[in-house]
Amino acid sequence: MSQAFDIAAQQDAITRQAELALAHARQCGATACELSAAISQGTDINVRMGQVDTLELARDQGFGITVYVGQRKGNASTSDASERSIRETVEKAVDIARFTGEDSMAGLADPDLMATSLPNLDVHHPWALSVEEAIDMATRCEQAGLDVEGISNSEGASLATGEGVSLYANSHGFLGVQRGSRHSLSCVLIARDDNGMQRDYDFSSSRHPFLLRAPEDIGHRAAERVLSRLGAKRAPSGTFPVVFAPEVASGLVGHFLNSIAGGALYREASFLCDALGDRLFPDWFSLGERPQLPGESSSAAFDGDGVFTRDNDFIRDGHLASYMLSAYSARRLNLVTTGNAGGARNVRIDAPLTEYSSLISGIDKGVIVTELMGQGINTVTGDYSRGASGFLVENGQITGPIEEFTIAGNLRGMFSALTALGDDVDTRGSIHTGSWLIDGMTVAG
Amino acid sequence: MNHDTFSQATALLLDPYGLSLEALDTGLSHAMGPGVDFADVYLQRSWRESWSLEDGEVKEAGFNIDGGMGIRAQAGEKTGFAYSDQISTDAFMDTGRTASSIVRQGQSLGVKAEARTMAPARYAGGNPLDGMAPEVKVALLREADRIARSLDSAVRQVSVSLSAVYDVVMIRASDGTLAADLRPLVRFNVSVIATRDGRRERGSAGGGGRYGLDRFVQNNVAERYAREAVRQALVNLDARDAPAGQLPVVLGSGWPGVLLHEAVGHGLEGDFNRKGSSAFAGRMGEQVAARGVTIVDDATLSDLRGSLSVDDEGTPGACTPLIEDGILTGYMQDKLNARLMGHAPTGNGRRESYAHLPMPRMTNTYMLDGQHDPEEIIKSVRHGLYAVSFGGGQVDITSGKFVFSASEAYMIEDGKVSYPVKGATLIGNGPESMSRISMIGNDMALDTGVGVCGKEGQSLPVGVGQPTLKLDEITVGGTQAG
Repeated sequence: MSQAFDIAAQQDAITRQAELALAHARQCGATACELSAAISQGTDINVRMGQVDTLELARDQGFGITVYVGQRKGNASTSDASERSIRETVEKAVDIARFTGEDSMAGLADPDLMATSLPNLDVHHPWALSVEEAIDMATRCEQAGLDVEGISNSEGASLATGEGVSLYANSHGFLGVQRGSRHSLSCVLIARDDNGMQRDYDFSSSRHPFLLRAPEDIGHRAAERVLSRLGAKRAPSGTFPVVFAPEVASGLVGHFLNSIAGGALYREASFLCDALGDRLFPDWFSLGERPQLPGESSSAAFDGDGVFTRDNDFIRDGHLASYMLSAYSARRLNLVTTGNAGGARNVRIDAPLTEYSSLISGIDKGVIVTELMGQGINTVTGDYSRGASGFLVENGQITGPIEEFTIAGNLRGMFSALTALGDDVDTRGSIHTGSWLIDGMTVAG
Repeated sequence: MNHDTFSQATALLLDPYGLSLEALDTGLSHAMGPGVDFADVYLQRSWRESWSLEDGEVKEAGFNIDGGMGIRAQAGEKTGFAYSDQISTDAFMDTGRTASSIVRQGQSLGVKAEARTMAPARYAGGNPLDGMAPEVKVALLREADRIARSLDSAVRQVSVSLSAVYDVVMIRASDGTLAADLRPLVRFNVSVIATRDGRRERGSAGGGGRYGLDRFVQNNVAERYAREAVRQALVNLDARDAPAGQLPVVLGSGWPGVLLHEAVGHGLEGDFNRKGSSAFAGRMGEQVAARGVTIVDDATLSDLRGSLSVDDEGTPGACTPLIEDGILTGYMQDKLNARLMGHAPTGNGRRESYAHLPMPRMTNTYMLDGQHDPEEIIKSVRHGLYAVSFGGGQVDITSGKFVFSASEAYMIEDGKVSYPVKGATLIGNGPESMSRISMIGNDMALDTGVGVCGKEGQSLPVGVGQPTLKLDEITVGGTQAG
């Protein structure tokens, strides 16, 4: 935006840092090494009650290296990318590796697993937007919300735009670079009635500026969401079907993925240890990742080990088909990496979808959860207990907002009690899903 | 803070770049463009080291250096902010100019001559990374591992970690402020997984503060936290399903003070009250908690994780009463919100780093002692929950709804602590829950130094504390309905 950011020059600069560091690590006695470097620039503008609240110009860079001296390992990182600092950081990593213990599993991924083709994934679309234009968009967004009757206050509308380039390289000779951009527009509004205040939000985010929703639409939708929460009552207590709205259903997918991640498995810190092949979900449900989809939020051609990414199916016809592994965690489990160092990318569900209105109309008495609070997820046991707010459903109709209740269960039981998936798919994040209807959860109001 | 603090901070922040304090003034004068009524420069460098053990071996260790400057310029309620990881006179000029681009017209105000902030040091400013040889750190981790494994054959996995951070900051503001701080922060943690009869549970314990690593040896933390982590995991192996519904709850002393942090603390941060978005906005002087409830935010306690000699705006750390005998008496303020609300800053202006804007944030937030013996409080409950450890919490400051999740809890039956129950989330409304506090213990304790508070994407070390408390009723989110 206002500061010049020459991404080609920045890419050259971090590539030179990487080459310098790889050579210096070898000279310092490292038998293998891997490193990452990134530089990005962005602008974040917040407009509140029609006035600019904050204008933030960000420029971040980082460099981190892992060296191996035999089977010992050391890490070091810095925000100072000067040549002197890179050399010192490498030396520090080698120095630390003198004191760590031997780990027979330590080391880079196998050389023949390195990504060999680096396709253009269409994720770099910088936005030539002036500060004035950005302020205008945020102002229009918030104003559309403030214009809705009943909106009494605002935490403002924010427009954020940024681009950057990141790199991973290792001593196999692999060096992968990826450019990317991210843009988002969000709005948080407040409404008040005799019972107090409520707050809610809406947002849009994309790799491509022209795929953002219209500012007025976001402001308007945020207003509708907050107004729908006014007059919230206490929830009934008992055992009920619970509908997880898409914005919270993606969290359930996240808990599932965390529980099949190699790091949790070899530490025995997952309720899905030794569950490979088990039936976890109904047989109509499959879930996987599509990391090389063009233009998507988490698209990448290589993972955090330099290993090529590929379409992975984690749940196939309800059964746990694969764990999610990096080179190291795979070695610990005597398995082969799935190209998931750094997590899952572009998670998609393959299942029949139910029209949202008929999903709700089929519920005799239950709750819709639109917001969850707190850290009540125990991935060691699968026990799940969260604070929630949302809506009450009676005789197939949404009868009003509810708040200050808890929902509880065990993730394994909740997954198998998945009854239907809504067609109201949220495509804003890395995980795309509609609403989840889960039968028989404990609700306490 | 004394001249020594300034000279050490200068030696670590400016000397390596051949710069003097004038460089900060250069940045500041460029930030004080036309129409700007306040600006400040924040210069920071942090050194971090971490060691971790798994499978009986220290397999991971890392070192990090991070540093840079952040400059902000304010005009009324507007804030312009830019930062740079380059440290040079040119970088100070460019960053200052960029920050001031938020406004382009108005009066040009000058920068007030510097007045060094002289505040009492709340911790010794030594670098904790220097205090202990690598071999000793490795031995300390191994000792915790050995002890944890020796305590019970159910222990399957032990993870131990140690970290030390040295954070050096210097602040120069247009209001004349010139302050520096040398902040050590260390942490030791033990986490275990225990299995029995097909069940698997975790237990963890840890602590630390603003001091050197040698204190970990003196305080025998390896053994203490290993025992505590194993004890918690074994208790949880016996835990039954927790009840669901509204129950009286007794909260233990110390870390359960996370209740106050969520139910009260965030809602009393100045920014939310200036903007009218907090459930506590406009309630100054009103009764917002039961009589007998007195809560303070106190940055002045020696060596604690949340303590600050000066905050990140150069205001000396203070002890600020928030609620006195149930009456709302104070907000926590940074300079911006204090100015806009006509209050005085309270030393609560904090930021995660030079790359983040300061906001009103908590330091050590705790409730003062009441009169009851903790035993007497438990005896008063016929059927309820006794929660002694928590995983963390969250609040919606606008609706006032907050949650916190127990990681160790027991049922109370007929005035006696009976069987352990699985962790459950507790949910309530801040002001409402505070009015349901019916008994306050005389055993006030602070947590062991583990708290991390998140707000608008910024994480900071904080402390909490409280005596044993009884809440007459709160919603408990177990799985045992009815």
